[in-house]
Amino acid sequence: MFDKIAIANRGEIACRVIKTARKMGIKTVALYSDADRRALHVQMADEAIHIGPSPANQSYIVIDKVMEAVKASGAQAVHPGYGFLSENAKFAEALSAAGVAFVGPPVGAIEAMGDKITSKKLAQEAGVSTVPGYMGLINDAEEAVKISGEIGYPVMIKASAGGGGKGMRIAWNDAEAREGFQSSKNEAASSFGDDRIFIEKFVTQPRHIEIQVLCDAHGNGIYLAERECSIQRRNQKVIEEAPSPFLDDATRKAMGEQAVALAQAVGYTSAGTVEFIVDGDRNFYFLEMNTRLQVEHPVTELITGIDLVEQMIRVAHGQPLSITQEDVKINGWAMECRLYAEDPYRNFLPSIGRLTRYRPPAEVVEETRVVRNDTGVYEGGEISMFYDPMIAKLCTWGPSRPEAIEHMRHALDAFEVEGIGHNLPFLSAVMDHAKFGAGDITTAFIAEEYPEGFEGATLPEAHVDRIAAACAAMYRMSEIRRTRVSGRMDNHERHVAADWVVQVSGHGTPARDIVVHIDADKAGAFVSVAGKSLRVEGDWVPGASLAQMTLDGAPLTLKLAKLPGGFRVRNRGAELKVFVRSPRAADLSRHMLEKLPPDTSKLLLCPMPGLVVKMAVEVGDEVQDGQALCTIEAMKMENILRAERRGKVSKINATAGDSLAVDEVIMEFE
Amino acid sequence: MKDINAELLARRDEARLGGGQKRIDAQHAKGKLTARERIDLLLDDDSFEEFDMFVAHRCTDFGMEKSRPAGDGVVTGWGTINGRMVYVFSQDFTVFGGSLSETHAKKICKIMDMAMQNGAPVIGLNDSGGARIQEGVASLAGYAEVFQRNVMASGVVPQISVIMGPCAGGAVYSPAMTDFIFMVKDTSYMFVTGPDVVKTVTNEVVSAEELGGASTHTRKSSVADGAFENDIEALTEVRRLVDFLPLNNREKPPVRPFFDDVGRIEESLDTLIPDNANTPYDMKELIVKLADEGDFYEIQAEFAKNILTGFLRLEGQTVGVVANQPMVLAGCLDIDSSRKAARFVRFCDAFEIPILTLVDVPGFLPGTGQEYGGVIKHGAKLLFAYGEATVPKVTVITRKAYGGAYDVMASKHLRGDFNYAWPTAEIAVMGAKGATEIIHRADLKDAEKIAQHTADYEDRFANPFVAAEKGFIDEVIQPRSTRRRVARAFASLRGKSLQNPWKKHDNIPL
Repeated sequence: MFDKIAIANRGEIACRVIKTARKMGIKTVALYSDADRRALHVQMADEAIHIGPSPANQSYIVIDKVMEAVKASGAQAVHPGYGFLSENAKFAEALSAAGVAFVGPPVGAIEAMGDKITSKKLAQEAGVSTVPGYMGLINDAEEAVKISGEIGYPVMIKASAGGGGKGMRIAWNDAEAREGFQSSKNEAASSFGDDRIFIEKFVTQPRHIEIQVLCDAHGNGIYLAERECSIQRRNQKVIEEAPSPFLDDATRKAMGEQAVALAQAVGYTSAGTVEFIVDGDRNFYFLEMNTRLQVEHPVTELITGIDLVEQMIRVAHGQPLSITQEDVKINGWAMECRLYAEDPYRNFLPSIGRLTRYRPPAEVVEETRVVRNDTGVYEGGEISMFYDPMIAKLCTWGPSRPEAIEHMRHALDAFEVEGIGHNLPFLSAVMDHAKFGAGDITTAFIAEEYPEGFEGATLPEAHVDRIAAACAAMYRMSEIRRTRVSGRMDNHERHVAADWVVQVSGHGTPARDIVVHIDADKAGAFVSVAGKSLRVEGDWVPGASLAQMTLDGAPLTLKLAKLPGGFRVRNRGAELKVFVRSPRAADLSRHMLEKLPPDTSKLLLCPMPGLVVKMAVEVGDEVQDGQALCTIEAMKMENILRAERRGKVSKINATAGDSLAVDEVIMEFE
Repeated sequence: MKDINAELLARRDEARLGGGQKRIDAQHAKGKLTARERIDLLLDDDSFEEFDMFVAHRCTDFGMEKSRPAGDGVVTGWGTINGRMVYVFSQDFTVFGGSLSETHAKKICKIMDMAMQNGAPVIGLNDSGGARIQEGVASLAGYAEVFQRNVMASGVVPQISVIMGPCAGGAVYSPAMTDFIFMVKDTSYMFVTGPDVVKTVTNEVVSAEELGGASTHTRKSSVADGAFENDIEALTEVRRLVDFLPLNNREKPPVRPFFDDVGRIEESLDTLIPDNANTPYDMKELIVKLADEGDFYEIQAEFAKNILTGFLRLEGQTVGVVANQPMVLAGCLDIDSSRKAARFVRFCDAFEIPILTLVDVPGFLPGTGQEYGGVIKHGAKLLFAYGEATVPKVTVITRKAYGGAYDVMASKHLRGDFNYAWPTAEIAVMGAKGATEIIHRADLKDAEKIAQHTADYEDRFANPFVAAEKGFIDEVIQPRSTRRRVARAFASLRGKSLQNPWKKHDNIPL
């Protein structure tokens, strides 16, 4: 076996690889850029080598710099993770020339499959059903419009070297095709250093289901069942699971066998993923093959018990697979939620900054529950604008799909993140969504179920009552502590009352006054809500930001922040304001005036920290509803800001090249 | 048998109605609570003991004798906040617009005298149209009686003013002399002369809100120490503040049970200071991570944001914290931040509240604006305040402590008890670049030499060890263990006794 391997990557995947290498007794070398000087993967590795400035195109994807570091480290193999150089044939060639093993497939397979146009041709030749599209490269926007018209809208414009949603746009008409072509090209150039673009038919109502394959250099190939990755936003996967709630054994077998056949046709070795679009009749179409470890590989590991990174390293070392197709069994159900540094209330715009608090739920391995969190960040770390906004992959496993979902609900509730915007509330909301629960999903799930964006989940009244009961019990504890302050008047102390009114409000949750009565004892409290008594127990103490309670024995986990006279609560995808007031204060609160937020309708505010790439309008321009006003680049994604209504531009405060903060005024309208 | 209480109860009911239901409804319609409702929310349930419920004015001019409502527009008395005694007056806008008469003032004076005698804070809930014009000079005299008591009570018992309606003309000077002023957003304003007079005299057109609303006084004038969304929030937060304050200057600050580990290690503080010395970071994170249960009561949050002031607790005991905020103006000292912090330090010192100072200061803000504005005199206020303070003083330098600003920020030389520094501290006369350009002026044209000199200077001075060698820094500590170190430092200072020489009073550069 190798003595030492280098990881040509960063973030959670670098950490993930280090964990397995450590288990196998292999020393690890981390590579890092300026921005990652203090990153977790650098701390975890046995050695770390600096490879350049923060932008990936000056460090992580510069083959020369990576090669120099690999050679200097004396590593015998390199694991490329995903993204960056993981599917770069030139990199694999350079390693091979230097006599260093590439933990991935052979150069030929990368070349064949890595390029989406070539791979599609190969798949067609192998008899795999593919989606109609234009296979050639497209030179300019006008050509893109023409081809799109020929294929028929809607079309998907994709970067040839793309992946992970970057450099990908859906166009429904000529204007969008023109615009999408340009932004895909720009994004592809900045993300992959390769701006080749192709176009294909966009299949509506599809499910994204992919097959994990594993091949060795001795002609053995197996498939490790499927993953369903239909929960996507802007073609970026958000929630994945294995197995798929949609496939039957026959389809699984057919897809798996085709995937293996395709892999073997190109001499594939290592772990790889064959992505399919599956329609409502379980017809499946080859989409692409990813010649690397996928982000969502943990769900496969959780249902098969196979460590994919370990298998990749063994295969790279030349060992034959020790697993046969018959050994692969699907055990239970696994869910993965990707935690993104994206603000769900601001249309998922990237959020950067310091993680002032980062406390994932405890990882556990039990008979009927597994909680696993693959992460590359830590409390006090920095989420920079240079890389992907994914900061963790929270996975749960249970014997069945409902159990895996239930575990995920609690794990998400117990996840504490502060300092940056994050999508935890959104992930929780999906876990509670009836269609998701029924497995009734397509890749359009998010767009269809949250057409106006996400504003917070609406919780059932009975659940809000539970939250109110828990908050009342906690608030009363805090108040009792306050009465134990020094300097009080003997015999005239304050007696904390048993009757309270909990005033709950939140987006999607109608404001409600919930009358409660609390009978506390040493171990907890009986809180009666609307005549029903709930037993509240937990080890919460005043000031704690996470409350893990039980209500009548059922767990309830609340993320708390202080409010004057109450708490801000995050639970099950809802953000609630919970005031716990005396009946008198609650009665008087009806006199308080509702305050309206300031009018920003005449302003274009910068929705995220980022760089102005282009201003599309000038002072005096009349703009139409939906017209592009300017382009902001953040987290390597180009975001076009559009007019929300008709108007005339009266003032522009930013120019291309400016770096803007959240809510900075970009332009004003008359 | 005749009920001996019948008349009393009937009179009480009448008095409690203030200016009558119609005016109460009008008060509510403005989003404001009545004087008595406010007291109910400020004090512990059923703890209010009223004085002078039946006091009525004595004015006989302009037909005033026809209306003599019981209480005369202000409700006064005492009660408890979490079992601790406070005195309170609450002006009743429903009675003559809360205007201040001779008797109204007398009621306030009575409870202020008792507060001083018995050692308990005074909380004033202000909602008054101003002087009772019908009473003329008698009303003015009433104001002055209150003012004099504000002065006498200053530094003896904490005085808190909550502006919950209009507060104009002479009326503003009573709150102005109290320790803290809070305002309610959109329903309160304070000014010496109102918009009408302003227009007449200066032709300036300005709304009451712009002239003296909560935003103006918390952001621009710094007259107010904080603003709250509505009456309920304001009163809730005043209760929270009182929990931090001693009842008088003879008592130690309060201690309450706490649910936090004194030795809590915060590894994330090791990465608080960015790699680049010119990159800002949020000092508030350090404050919150040091404090018991992350509880920080900020004072003047919206003004001079380059310095943070407020209260927290360590081991359950109140500590005042002053901290440079690198997020704003690089955390430099200037006129506003010096004034803000100086007043806070003096409050803490007056009431025996230990002071924690967190330092990351690149110096004083340069420029004509500052010099013409008197930054010398205003900066000296903070220096003076720290120098005269005899309470326990613990200082932690996190990064920069440059020049005179190093001296000012509770340095060892100003009788700092514990002066800690993080390994990232740089204690020097100025930044390396500036220093090099002065010391090596001859080499200014040679970029290479200057770079070398700068690096040499950094090696020599951009660390805490030069100061530590001289004993100006007592110990260099790990950021992660700051809470434990600071808590232990204050614990060791519980018996501190230090007296300044006797004097009538000092002459701080006002």
